[in-house]
Amino acid sequence: MNEPTTTAPLPRRGVPLWAQVVIWVALVALLALVGLGLRKAQNPIISPGSTVPDFTLTLFDGYTYQSASEVHLADLQGKVVVINFWASWCGPCEEEAAELEEAWRLYEPDGQVVFLGIAWTDTQENAKAYLKRFNITYPNGPDLGSRISAIFNRNLGVPETYIIDKTGVLRYAKIGPFTSVQEIRAAIEPLLAE
Amino acid sequence: MKVRARHTGTQVERYTGTQVTGTQLKRYTGRRVFRVTIFALLFSLVLSGVGIAAVAAQASTPTDDEVNAIAKQLYCPVCENTPLDVCPTQACHEWREEIRKLLAEGKSEEQIKQYFVDYYGARVLAEPPRQGFNWLVYVVPPVIIVAGIFVLFRALRSWSQQPPLHSHISDENGGAEGGEGEASQPADAYIARLEEELKKRK
Amino acid sequence: MLADFGYGILVVTFVLALYSVTAAILGNRQQAALSPKGMPLVESARRAQLLTFPLLTLSAGVLIFLLVTNRFDIGYVYEVTSRSMPTYLKITAWWGGQAGSLLFWAWLLSAFTSAVTLRKWDRDREFLPWVIVVSSITLAFFLSMNLFFENPFARFFQTSEGVEAYTFRPQGSIPFMPQDGRGLNPLLRHPGMVIHPPMLYLGFVSFVIPFAFAIAALATGRTDDRWTRITRRWTLWAWLFLSLGLVLGGRWAYDVLGWGGYWGWDPVEIAAFMPWLTGTAFLHSVMIQEKRGLLKHWNMILIILTYALVIFGTFLTRSGVLSSVHAFAQSAIGPMFFAFIGLTFIVSISLLIWRWPELKSETEMKSMLSREALFLLNNLLFMSVLVVCFWGVIFPLISELVTGQRVTVGPPFYERANAPIFGAMMALMGIAPLSAWGKSTALTLGRALWKPTLPALFVPLLAYLAGFTNWVALVGFFLIAFVIFVTLYDTYRGARARQRAQKENFFVALGRLAARNRRRYGGYLIHISMMLMAIGILGIEIFQTETQGTIAQGDALQLSGYTIEYKEVASWDDLPAGVNYTRAVVNIYKDGRYLGQLTPRIDYYYDSQQRMTIPGQRSTLQDDLYVLLVDWQPVSALGATFKVYHNPLVNWLWIGCLVFIAGMLFAAWPDRDPVPAPQRKEQRAYHPGAAD
Repeated sequence: MNEPTTTAPLPRRGVPLWAQVVIWVALVALLALVGLGLRKAQNPIISPGSTVPDFTLTLFDGYTYQSASEVHLADLQGKVVVINFWASWCGPCEEEAAELEEAWRLYEPDGQVVFLGIAWTDTQENAKAYLKRFNITYPNGPDLGSRISAIFNRNLGVPETYIIDKTGVLRYAKIGPFTSVQEIRAAIEPLLAE
Repeated sequence: MKVRARHTGTQVERYTGTQVTGTQLKRYTGRRVFRVTIFALLFSLVLSGVGIAAVAAQASTPTDDEVNAIAKQLYCPVCENTPLDVCPTQACHEWREEIRKLLAEGKSEEQIKQYFVDYYGARVLAEPPRQGFNWLVYVVPPVIIVAGIFVLFRALRSWSQQPPLHSHISDENGGAEGGEGEASQPADAYIARLEEELKKRK
Repeated sequence: MLADFGYGILVVTFVLALYSVTAAILGNRQQAALSPKGMPLVESARRAQLLTFPLLTLSAGVLIFLLVTNRFDIGYVYEVTSRSMPTYLKITAWWGGQAGSLLFWAWLLSAFTSAVTLRKWDRDREFLPWVIVVSSITLAFFLSMNLFFENPFARFFQTSEGVEAYTFRPQGSIPFMPQDGRGLNPLLRHPGMVIHPPMLYLGFVSFVIPFAFAIAALATGRTDDRWTRITRRWTLWAWLFLSLGLVLGGRWAYDVLGWGGYWGWDPVEIAAFMPWLTGTAFLHSVMIQEKRGLLKHWNMILIILTYALVIFGTFLTRSGVLSSVHAFAQSAIGPMFFAFIGLTFIVSISLLIWRWPELKSETEMKSMLSREALFLLNNLLFMSVLVVCFWGVIFPLISELVTGQRVTVGPPFYERANAPIFGAMMALMGIAPLSAWGKSTALTLGRALWKPTLPALFVPLLAYLAGFTNWVALVGFFLIAFVIFVTLYDTYRGARARQRAQKENFFVALGRLAARNRRRYGGYLIHISMMLMAIGILGIEIFQTETQGTIAQGDALQLSGYTIEYKEVASWDDLPAGVNYTRAVVNIYKDGRYLGQLTPRIDYYYDSQQRMTIPGQRSTLQDDLYVLLVDWQPVSALGATFKVYHNPLVNWLWIGCLVFIAGMLFAAWPDRDPVPAPQRKEQRAYHPGAAD
């Protein structure tokens, strides 16, 4: 009873080849998928050193960049771009808001550095009130469809700041607020000098 | 407002110390602690009751129930997988106020959902929108299930058509499970057989 | 010192586990006589494995000691405890964080494998080395993560770059001792949360045992149903623990998370639900293998799938691949888990394909309506739910990789897809017990079914007359009544038969019948418990109502005949515990009659800066009233915002759970064999130790 294979010789039919192929392909596909997901989960989507794909930032009413209401990253080649993600409900963002604006005013006349503020998961009204409260003048817009944050970081929080060099390569990433204008400048200057 | 003052006040008192060490404890700080800080701030903000004042200002504003009926179907990225109507963060609180505003403007449920999709992306919806690649999420499970049914029925049919190899199997195990064993008994004979077995065993 | 000691034990245990794997493989190749003395290497592998349990217990003891004595210089202790936590929570913090829970996993696994290697192996010697190999590899895997990535004993040292937790003291560093710990996440400081994870882990870990035996059966080629008979009880216990873990998780969510529900189709919940599905399918289909010698392939596939899903679920929860409220912090263990999952799949699928021809069925399916065919259908339904769940969990990953767009697959998807499948399962649960093994026809089945069906039809009719018009609910009520009546009818029929045969009192007959067929009648009890749960689920899914409003003191909200009157609110600090409580008092009236007070709260934890919304609940068999304090304003007359849920029938869910536990215990409790002596001897000859 316990050993039917020995008592009753049965026709030996293995797994057909096509089924084996299907099983292994499915397994490899699943592992590849999970592996890629894992890699994505463990690393930011782009890390310093890689080129940032183009995106379009639609600005809030009352904000323009070179008298257009949209900014395309591709048009900013040759300039250092500072991208700051923030939200009006985020306390730490408030800590750095004034410093960012101060740094912007420092660099604005030269036109060599562009600041872009991107409001993440924020409502129009609150975001605008926040910008007004901190008197922020550099181009700011909502992250429509969360498309821009998806480029930078899978698990975005706020504030996060990214700096792109003149050739469009991401060179600097900061999670959390800046504590001083010096810190912001220290991040920008080397790239400006290149 | 009083609440907020007290909370943040106490936090500062209690937490200046920890914050200093906090920045030193590299491994345990980084972004997680930082995020926790953000959320904590949100929580204390929620407690401040800003919302209450805003709601009360206008008498004709949509009710909480009308807002929640829509918020239930949305998910904000700040609290993963928690419907908007029950998510306690400040970001979600503001989203709900946004819904209230849109409702007051006379927008329909569909329009409001579309507004949120345009503004924040498709992930705010409880299900992927039915278009393009997303169709796969709805199509694949039924296809696999139907294929499974097909395979099962084919296997059953082919089994029931083959001549039996040896059908004496496992009846000795009747001892473990009483009234069963011998096959092809009509239902009425079931009781008779059970009685018989029980007699046999006494 | 103490921490180093704990770590040292882990190292030794890890080496022992590796040794027992190697020795078992080498020993198996000797293939001498099937006696302990003939396999000295296997015997030494067994002893090495038995040694892992006391060692891990010691190591865990060290960790608990460190937790209880506030040793915040230990990174893990700092992370999960704080001075203000009571001692019992400090102990349970053992599994409150990543590193500790991995150790907890390893400890449970070691306990289970020790229990299994201590059994009598006389007739199953050839399984022993492979069972040791599988369980010890799993153990070594979990220990390696503790050793190399998530060391619970790592201590803080201050170096020039700051303070960090290190396993070994870096050069030129000084030890660092924080004043207080960060404290366990307040969401986890709930009695439900104290037992929910261990139950889940118990369920997860105990599925390793049947898997180990399945692999042993494949590796040795002894592919009859011996392995299923040995592991029958393990599987039942594993299933019980896993089910309890899921249910306790639901109860915890209901009591603590404050969203008026118990199950949110969150990816991590589903990750724990998936092995439950395959495990349940396995419990059913393994009966066909034992009764009829069918489905050997299928059972192998199911148990391999269950184990793989256990590891996969643990991986999803802990690697950060899926975003979820339950997710642990991102950590380095993801790639390790990934490699282990790959290894598991490749090895078990290869073995299965290799042994495929030998797993041939011993008999044939005779009728589409036979019980075994219906069991197969049941398996198909469980697999369908699995497909829906798996696809729903994995799709956001695919979508993000292919289109770059992040999507949410949420409750509406799962509910819509699974509701009809659950309905079909219920129908099957009613039909299958009345079908016969081997051959049934539509006629025989119909003859058995009509008696319980008729009264079951009255239930939706009565419900309709009572004012229920939702057709889903009516169908649901019918199915629930149908299953319960069928189950009772079949039990009654059996007991009557025995009563006539033995001339016993009906209840004596019933008792003895059930005692002799524990698995069958335990299973029936479980079916009934599932129906009770279904009542609760239908109630909350279909009839839940809610309202939210901001009201001044003395004003009231109305919901489903209830009046919720806001009486007062108070807020105070409990500084030793580090909590601020805000508690509202509301009076509850139904149709003008005063029923009592509820006290919804908001707890704010200073140390972790987290807020919890604890509902005030009034629970009856008929419905639950669930009041949340959403928001409050102490100074103005505006008062507070409350959210109120009316959850009809939901209590039956929890009642069902209690019945479920009873049914499981009845089915799985070790036999004090009721079978008379001569019969027993005969049985032993066939299946020694079958009831172990």
